[in-house]
Amino acid sequence: MPGTVQSIERAAAVLRLLAGGNGRLSLGEIARSLDLAKGTTHGILRTLRKVGFVEQDRLSGHYQLGAAMLRLGTGYLDVNELRSRSINWADPLASRSGEAVRIGTVLDGQVLVVHHVFRPDDTFQTLDVGSLLPMHATALGKSLLAYGAAPPASLDRFTSRTIGTQRELAQALRLVRENGWSCDIEELTPGEASVAAPIRAYGGLVVGAIGISGHVERLCDSRYHPLPHLVATVRDAARAVSRDLGAARR
Amino acid sequence: MTERYVVAIDQGTTSTRCIVFDRRGQLVSLAQQEHKQYYPRPGWVEHDAAEIWRNVERLGPEALRRAGATIDQVAAVGIANQRETTVLWDRATGNPVGHAVVWQDTRTDTMVGQLDAAPGAEGVRHRSALPLATYFSGPRIRWMLDHHPGLRERAERGEVLFGTMETWLIWNLTGGLHVTDVTNASRTLLLDVHTLDWSAESLAFFGIPRAMLPEVRPSIGVFGTATAAFPGVRIGAALGDQQAALFGQTCFAPGEAKCTYGTGSFLLLNTGAELVRSTHGLLSTVAYQIEGEPAAYALEGSIAITGSLVQWFRDQLELIASAPEIETLARTVTDNGGCYIVPAFSGLYAPYWRSEARGVIVGLTSYITKGHLARAVLEASAWQTREVVDAMNADSGLALKTLRVDGGMTSDNLLMQFVADVLDVPVVRPLAAETVSLGAAYGAGLAVGYWPDLEGLRQNWHRAGQWLPTMEPAKRESEYANWQRAVSRTFDWIQA
Ligand SMILES: Nc1ncnc2c1ncn2[C@@H]1O[C@H](COP(=O)(O)OP(=O)(O)OP(=O)(O)O)[C@@H](O)[C@H]1O
Ligand SMILES: [Mg+2]
Repeated sequence: MPGTVQSIERAAAVLRLLAGGNGRLSLGEIARSLDLAKGTTHGILRTLRKVGFVEQDRLSGHYQLGAAMLRLGTGYLDVNELRSRSINWADPLASRSGEAVRIGTVLDGQVLVVHHVFRPDDTFQTLDVGSLLPMHATALGKSLLAYGAAPPASLDRFTSRTIGTQRELAQALRLVRENGWSCDIEELTPGEASVAAPIRAYGGLVVGAIGISGHVERLCDSRYHPLPHLVATVRDAARAVSRDLGAARR
Repeated sequence: MTERYVVAIDQGTTSTRCIVFDRRGQLVSLAQQEHKQYYPRPGWVEHDAAEIWRNVERLGPEALRRAGATIDQVAAVGIANQRETTVLWDRATGNPVGHAVVWQDTRTDTMVGQLDAAPGAEGVRHRSALPLATYFSGPRIRWMLDHHPGLRERAERGEVLFGTMETWLIWNLTGGLHVTDVTNASRTLLLDVHTLDWSAESLAFFGIPRAMLPEVRPSIGVFGTATAAFPGVRIGAALGDQQAALFGQTCFAPGEAKCTYGTGSFLLLNTGAELVRSTHGLLSTVAYQIEGEPAAYALEGSIAITGSLVQWFRDQLELIASAPEIETLARTVTDNGGCYIVPAFSGLYAPYWRSEARGVIVGLTSYITKGHLARAVLEASAWQTREVVDAMNADSGLALKTLRVDGGMTSDNLLMQFVADVLDVPVVRPLAAETVSLGAAYGAGLAVGYWPDLEGLRQNWHRAGQWLPTMEPAKRESEYANWQRAVSRTFDWIQA
């Protein structure tokens, strides 16, 4: 069969075997059942384990289907884990940009703020972890939309600059995919701008977005373009988190 | 001009990290590796010191590679380490004698009980400013000398050496320098905290030969030049991890305090040049000493089990797959359902110091779900903090106004909110979660002139997050009363 990938076929067979079998299977049993070499089987199991589709019993070393297999489709990275894994990179981003940092993920067609670092000027600010932002009017939301999140049904207007039509939105998202980053210039709040980039996990899957937000005069040049060094800082942070989450280097 | 950096080694209880910092004290890159935990018997905890050194040897270059930096861009390296963990090794071969005995290990409890009642114990307590407890290194050295045939004779001849982790690492980094710093030395029960040198009387009390001990040095000052892992780079600082976190939080002035939430949690209050003796169950310890300056001291509230309770929930009960999922699980319910967990796994440390206590789960009914248990796990960390804060307020006569926090558990918003609620003060997280490493880097950078002074470092501290108390006073009081009743259930479990 031209154009198929043998290792994926074999991985699918391993999953079917584990799903159909009674309880846990050893490496030897799996290799024998599928008539594969032990080394090949072990490589496949190790990869499936890394992505959470397979779990290994600590005592017996036997394999079974992983919890992630059962939760396919409901988002696989726990939001609290996303925060924990990105906290070390969000702090330097706030320090280098001088702006507040937020990390967001998709929840029911909106952006759920899972982490927030204050703007590092020691003024009074309030944590807004847990709050929801509109997808089409924020840089975080656009980074999520550009890489697979379902678009919102209605495009609520917040300012005169908010994207108002699906056509405009599609065009904006094409640009995000081309550039690898997103921005909102006074599209949610007058005088405010934000810049964000996607966070990827294994296989390149986008699981969240990280970005900065602040006064438009600080984030943009006189032509309302985000400052290149800020964009680079945001993208560096997104790449650092992605690498820790197992995405390949790009 | 090429950028220059400072590297920190954070040799912790569960893992070792190497972190590259820039001039603003911001993390540039990080490499981390867990090491194996050995639990050969109930109450015993061991590490393989050789494995830990191999990790450092690998992580150093790895961190530099990730930063895209070369070794000549490193101005200095600083060390922060798990404290009290005891390593013995052969001077000639550099091979460890058995496994390192970890700070949580309670194998010395019977011996410590006997020593505590022996003549001379009062003098040891006075000179070290510590209670006699299994927590500290001195009794562990004695135990190892007693249990390895022929070891005492070799130690007397100086053929076997003692060190805490920073001593072991510096020995290996420099190819044979045998030194410790005052903060680590102050956790052995063997140091005289006034003279800052080993006490001959305390050594005699424990029967430990002077020949096996390292030279005591200030925490901040050049220890030597590395020949391995970071060849050619000066080692500018070594501090116990909790003291390093105090330094990383820039708590340089008397009255400034922080609490670090890792495997255990440790509240340290800088008391300045004055050694304050607690009357409420806290320890007195050396906070840091800059070469050529007098030492700064601290009061410490040590909590043995906080993050490791989450770890236990994950690894032993298997109710969650990763530590942060405890927050997700805890948020499936709105309160603890009347359930409390007191994790007295190694007895209770501050402010009780009850080695015979063991953990309890109380208030169980058929109503309790794993969500309630998850809440109880997180709440236990907060209530234990409340107990050491109360002790500190009582000792200092002043009420803590805000709590500065750091460590892995500070990424848990539910926990941080609960800490603010039960303390009734704002809880503040700085713009640097890896404060232990930052403190070691600050010390090393100061020692070589990378940073000019403490005041400059203060400018790097910024508020990254803050949780304000919202709990009703009546609820706080009744919950605290429940917690204290739960604690009383742990007492007298182990019977002599
Ligand atoms: N989101 C979270 N909620 C609760 N606990 C957490 C969370 N994330 C991490 N932890 C706990 O925090 C601890 C890790 O924190 P940290 O990395 O500061 O400790 P550590 O430095 O490894 O400790 P040590 O230095 O003693 O080895 C672990 O015990 C883990 O269970
Ligand atoms: Mg630590």
